[in-house]
Amino acid sequence: MIKGKAHKFGSDINTDDIISAKYLVSTDAKELGAHCMESIAPDFAKRVAPGDIIVAGNNFGCGSSREHAPVAIKGCGISAVIARSFAAIFFRNAINIGLPFVESNDADKIKEGDLIEIDLAGGIIKNLTQNETYKTQGFPEFLRELVEKGGLMNYIKEKERKNV
Amino acid sequence: MPYTIAEKILLAHTGKKDIKPGEFIEARVDIALGNDITAPLAIEEFRKSGFKKVFDKNKIVLVPDHFAPAKDLRSANQCKILSDFAREQNIKNYFEIGCMGIEHALLPEMGLVGPGDLVIGADSHTCTYGALGAYSTGVGSTDLARSFIDGKCWFRVPGSIKFIYKGKLNKWVGGKDLILFTIGKIGVDGAMYKAMEFSGPVIRGLGMDDRFSMSNMAIEAGARAGIIEPDGITRKYISKFKRKPVFYKSDSAAKYDRIYEWDISDLEPLVACPHLPSNVKPVSKLKDVKLDQVVIGSCTNGRISDLRASARILKGKKIKYGLKLIVIPATQKIYLEALNEGLAEIFVKAGGVFSTPTCGPCLGGHMGILTEGETALATTNRNFIGRMGSPKSFVYLSNPAVAAASAITGRITHPEAL
Repeated sequence: MIKGKAHKFGSDINTDDIISAKYLVSTDAKELGAHCMESIAPDFAKRVAPGDIIVAGNNFGCGSSREHAPVAIKGCGISAVIARSFAAIFFRNAINIGLPFVESNDADKIKEGDLIEIDLAGGIIKNLTQNETYKTQGFPEFLRELVEKGGLMNYIKEKERKNV
Repeated sequence: MPYTIAEKILLAHTGKKDIKPGEFIEARVDIALGNDITAPLAIEEFRKSGFKKVFDKNKIVLVPDHFAPAKDLRSANQCKILSDFAREQNIKNYFEIGCMGIEHALLPEMGLVGPGDLVIGADSHTCTYGALGAYSTGVGSTDLARSFIDGKCWFRVPGSIKFIYKGKLNKWVGGKDLILFTIGKIGVDGAMYKAMEFSGPVIRGLGMDDRFSMSNMAIEAGARAGIIEPDGITRKYISKFKRKPVFYKSDSAAKYDRIYEWDISDLEPLVACPHLPSNVKPVSKLKDVKLDQVVIGSCTNGRISDLRASARILKGKKIKYGLKLIVIPATQKIYLEALNEGLAEIFVKAGGVFSTPTCGPCLGGHMGILTEGETALATTNRNFIGRMGSPKSFVYLSNPAVAAASAITGRITHPEAL
């Protein structure tokens, strides 16, 4: 079960917001995480307690293909992202590296600092502060399999082993 | 079953009999591309996976272009990871500086991508090759690592949106303005998860460079691809390469999620204002915007016709005192053409700098970073907060002619107003 405090962001949060290009000389999650959201929320990485959750509007993660973005989010201690919708490349990157995320039309109802619990398997978000429950979009079977295998590389390794 | 061009290309790269939007497929890719930012992460993942050899040394392209020539010690290390891997795996299409160019100008120029191809690149602007009638799309580093192993990638088949452009383009209006117009109309999520298909008589009249500019920015509307059906202009462009292209066309009964039809005869040059590519205004409404820097270059507008358009305006003129003009040809070939045609001289005499190819300032890498309070007009593709440096700087996006005219006046300027 994923549980943490909500950090609210708006719509169209792009990958330059999530991790500025000047930090893309590293692939280290901790180092990238220390600069997560720096351009738009300078003290963000310091405010995050391990397990906290990002809650955003539409088109989260638009812009560049940098996988450093979901890596930075994980690296600063965020346990999951809830958004109304995700940009396509961010979506596949998050799936591929195993960053938990859910799409929910109720993302707007969550307020800054609300205590949130996500049941990924059940597709349910619980807002413990407001005592509300929200539905999530859920993942199609292929993506569920990728997530269950722990990301794309584990899925491929298993597939290749079977082929040998 | 009738298909769109996107569906046809994807289907042809699977072993399947049919395909439909929303479906997840695994498909063989013709080219897998990485750069000095994304490939190091992919190479790290590839090595961790325990596999030793890439699936096909001829289908992987590695281009150190973002922070190259290495801007500092750490980017030198990133570039070295690429060159070491290329040597170890005997990858033919590794482009060291000297033959390097901005990847999305370089690959078409080298004939490495063409009509009918399925291309993935760990760079969001990989959608550029849609201009050639390819299905070409941006993916992440882990996707790239996976493709190194078995030459495949997973796709969610996108629905398609058709854009029909009618009318006659005004003198100073080109591919960049058409795509800014489109993004301004539909928004930065207006084609989310979709394949955009650019069509109509206006597109048929566009040269390849303008087509590349359009397809390049499909991602700025959230699209997976921005495709133009190949035609005579495409055929001419690829005729010098030894390849067997497949010219796919959408069936007349193909299903689209949406069709937009616009008459663009009244269109004037457009500018995207901070901080989203969809925040588009006519150039004439922005006369009061003062500029500190003008950048002409990038995978969107760093091609020879872009440099020619800028040079025509700057010839015999001086840029505004105190303004910084940075011109970056996208590839070494374009660089040489610009030298031979006297364009480089025009830029330098006007007071600008003429750089070796690099993505450089477009993503706030190097070669023209903005400090707090500075404003730039660039022919690049993104104007997000902090994109070119300080989070307190401002980036406007335009076509090369508007950029050149504005460098002369120091304010956003319609070329006609000079």
